[in-house]
Parts: sequence; structure tokens; C-alpha cells
Amino acid sequence: MTAYLMKKGISLTAVLFLVSLTVFSVLFVLPGDPAQIILGINASPETLAALRARLGLDQPFWVQYGGWIGSLLKGTGGHSITYDTAVFDLISSRLAVTGPLALMAMAIAVALALPLGIFAARHQNRPGDAAVMAGTQVGLAVPEFWLGILLMLLFSVHWGVFTAGGFPGWGEDFRGSLKALFLPALALGLIRAAILTRLTRSSMLEVLREDYVRTARAKGLKERTVVYGHALKNALIPVLTIFGLQMGQLLAGAIIIENVFTLPGLGRLVFQAIGQRDLPVVREVVLFMAAAVVIVNFLVDLSYAAVDPRIRLDGQ
Amino acid sequence: MAMGRYFKNLNFSIGLALSTMVVVMALVSLFWTPYSPNTMDAHHRIEAPSLAHPLGTDQYGRDQLSRVMVGAVNSIIVGLMTVAIGMGAGIVLGLTSAWGGRLADEAIMRFSDLLFGFPAVLSAILITAVMGPSAVNAMLAIGIFYIPVFARLTRASALTIKGLDYISAARAAGQEEVAIIRRHVLPNILSPLIIQATVQFAVAILAEAGLSYLGLGTQPPHPSWGRMLNEAQTFMELAPWMAVFPGMAIAWTVLGFNLLGDGLRDILDPRLR
Repeated sequence: MTAYLMKKGISLTAVLFLVSLTVFSVLFVLPGDPAQIILGINASPETLAALRARLGLDQPFWVQYGGWIGSLLKGTGGHSITYDTAVFDLISSRLAVTGPLALMAMAIAVALALPLGIFAARHQNRPGDAAVMAGTQVGLAVPEFWLGILLMLLFSVHWGVFTAGGFPGWGEDFRGSLKALFLPALALGLIRAAILTRLTRSSMLEVLREDYVRTARAKGLKERTVVYGHALKNALIPVLTIFGLQMGQLLAGAIIIENVFTLPGLGRLVFQAIGQRDLPVVREVVLFMAAAVVIVNFLVDLSYAAVDPRIRLDGQ
Repeated sequence: MAMGRYFKNLNFSIGLALSTMVVVMALVSLFWTPYSPNTMDAHHRIEAPSLAHPLGTDQYGRDQLSRVMVGAVNSIIVGLMTVAIGMGAGIVLGLTSAWGGRLADEAIMRFSDLLFGFPAVLSAILITAVMGPSAVNAMLAIGIFYIPVFARLTRASALTIKGLDYISAARAAGQEEVAIIRRHVLPNILSPLIIQATVQFAVAILAEAGLSYLGLGTQPPHPSWGRMLNEAQTFMELAPWMAVFPGMAIAWTVLGFNLLGDGLRDILDPRLR
């Protein structure tokens, strides 16, 4: 168990190191001088040189990279050129929008996918199953940002039930903030639900054919106990894997959907930072998002054993 | 006969019909469109669908049907190029991983973990920050994200074949490893790769639409479905149809290729059904 965790931990650290190196290297070759961006085109060469020296921009690649990693480990991070504040502060304030958005989307997806997937599996090849599967096929084909636009068109423009974008802030208006996140979360969640429903169905079908399920039925257990008490837990393992992989897609979707609904989240922050050439922000937000994907996949790996006692972390 | 088996599959038949319509529309648009897709017409701005303009016009008076038609070419090119990048590099890496020993396997798998950390939008943000937004850069970003998908699939498929008797027989007959891979392994792992390619083709169309919506993909005035939706959002109250048809075109195409992929999977690999 400990050896397994050590091995996985080393592997995770190596991937995170490579992720940070990739992000830093790609943005290192970025054309344009950050010092010039900060000081403007009228700055004298001496002032520019002084600022470059202060920011460490005149140092070689490895010194700059080492300095950056050091600042991340110390918890200070970079400083935004546009917002004149620590990037960590920006990330944590924007995470207050993206985090709940992602959680709401996942909650909607799971709340729809599990019952629908189980229903479809229990009614395999019957009209109910066909209807659910047709619905999921459409769900897989619809771009989430288009779904967002359509929801906005219907609920905001046509019926006026929700605002067409914007975010009041948790402190100012808690209910309004929840309401502002609902449509974007629904757009993200419905698409995820389509994927998870299909997976839950196929996974349940496989498990429902297992001998132990037949035994449970033969013992005279109620169908509800057989499905929810015995089958579901084992059917959840592949669902969990895809749930982890979906995290990356969810963050990618959030970048687009935050722009559709003008939500001040991480996605919108990084997108605006590109336009403003705010390098420290782009670098740290992209690193944060990529690291989140890698870490969630790692946690999914570890959680297998919790869901299925047949899987042992020491690989026995 | 063999083709009859394909057409008996409902997913395959519907998928083939839907995707063929898109391909035909794209091909027709290369020679003919009702109007020039980029020509502005100040007298016919934001017109609702009519006989003259079946899908209406946009804020510059451009015919939406013509733009949707030309947008299909853009989407198909993106789908083809991204799958070519992902599949080409993925197959090479996957085979190297399966055949090249433990060190190569470990290195390539960690590399694919690294690429998995960068969904297409994140790669596109990085690539765009350095090279600027363009359709080619968007394709590159999506294609790079596909590499680990195909690498892992190739590796898994190749590993199941590696231990089979006919591979050992080929080796015993004195064939070089590269020749074994080319003659015996590649043809036998093509089915899952083709199925995956069909699915990734559809996903690429979705991803490119998203990137173009953000302004990181195809650049104006060239029509792209994602870009058209971005422009439509501004005029949502005034011209809701502008936000409907390009989205329908995306969903139609993606649905077609997804069903085609599902159908192929059912036919070529019944174990996965």
C-alpha cells in the first residue's frame, strides 16, 4: 500500500514538474517584452532595463524557471501586470465562481445520469431505454456553449426568469449568485449527463449479468436491493474513471461557458489575460487548471479501492 | 453480403446518411452557394428566414445559408487534420511504447499523462498566446490533445497482439521487428483506431467550434460555425435565428459522425457493444 502510494506520488510529481516546465517554456518564447507592456511604449531604455532586472527577466531560462517554482512553493506566486495584485489572490477570487460552477455542473450531471442510466439498463431494448439513449446521443452532439446560448435565449430573453449573464458576487447577493450560475451549470451539466448516462447504463448492464446478482435475486432479495445494494457499487468503477477524465473537459467547457455568460471565473480571467499579454496570469492559471486535471485523475486512481474492495492498491 | 451487414445497423445507416449530407453540402459549397458567403448587403441586414434567404441574414446582410455551407468545409478540414495529427503521432508513440521496452513505455505514458493535462482549450490558449489565433493553430491544439488518446489505444491494442502465436511465428521466421509491426500488428489494430478516429472527428468539430466562438480558431471574415454563434449572441434579442442554425449544423454533423462511429464499433467489434 505504502509502496504503491509512493510510486504513484513520484509519478504525479514528475508529471506536475513536466506540466510546469511545459507551461513556462511555451510562454517563455512568447514575443513581446513584459517590461515594455508594463511601462508603455514611451519608456526609456534605462527604465526598461531596470524593470527587467527587477523582474528577473534578464536572467537565463533555468534561473527564471527556478525562481518561479520557488515563488509557487513559497505560496507567493507571480504578480499580475494588469490587475497589479498577486496572481494567487486573483485565482482564489475567481475560483469562487469557477469552483461552484463546476460542482453544480457535476451535481446536475450525476443527479440526471445515475437514475437515467440505471433506468435504461433495467429497461434494456425497450422504448424507455431507446428514448434515453436517443436523448444522450443528441446531448453528446450539442456544443455546450450553444446549449448555453439557447438556454439564455429561452430563460433570459424570452421568459426573463434568469439574467442573461453577469455575476453579482457571493457577498452581495447569495441567491442572485446561485441563480447566475444555474444556467451555465445546466448547460455544462446536461452535456456531462449524456456521457455519464451512457456509461452508467453499459456498466450496469455488465454488472446485472454477473453471477452474484443472479444469486442475490435467487435469494429472493427485492429488485431495489439487488440494483442499489449490490450492482450499483460495482457499476460505479468505470463511471468514476470517466468522471475523472471529465474534469478536464469540464474545466475546458467552463472557459467557454464563462465567456458566454460573462462570469468572472478562471476561464474568463485567463482568456482576458491573453489579450492583455498578462503573462504571469496566463502562466499560473493554465498551470493551475492543468495541475487540477492531473491531480483529479490521480485521486480517481486512488479511489478505486474505496469503491471496489476487489481492487487492492498494492496490486495483489 | 458484407455491406448488407453495415446497412442493417441503424446507428451506421443514420450516421452515414447525416454525415454524407454534410460532406455533400461542403462539396457543393466549393462550387456553388446561393450568395457569396462574405459579401455584405446593407439593404438586407438581420432578415428573418425567407424564400430568398432560407436561414436569414446576419448583421452585415450576409446570407446565413451560404455561410453555414462554407462553414461545413471548415469543420471537415478541422476534423481531418486534427485526427491526422493525433492518429499519426499517436500510432508511432503507442507502438514505440508497446515494443520499445519498459523505459520507453514509462516515458511515453508519462508524456501522454502530461498532454492529457492540457485539454484542447488550454493548449489553444497557450499556442494562441505565442503564435496568435488562427484556424491552423486551433487544429494544432486539438491535434496535440488527441495524441495521447490514440497513443494509449494503439499501445493497448498492440500489447494484446504482441503475445499471440502468429507474431512469435513471424519472429521465428526471421522477420525484422519493424516488418512485423508493419505487416502483422498495424493491420490488426486498425479497427479500434478507425472507430476512435470517427468519434474524435466529431469531437474535433465541437472543439473547433468552441475555439472559434472564443476567437481562438477560424478568423473573420471566413465563415465558421463557432464564430457565427459568437456574432449571433450579440443580436440574440433581435435575431434569434442567427443563434439557431449554425448550432444545428454543428449538432447535426457531430451526431452523424458519432452514430457512424457507434455503428462501426457495433459491426467491427461486437465485444464493445
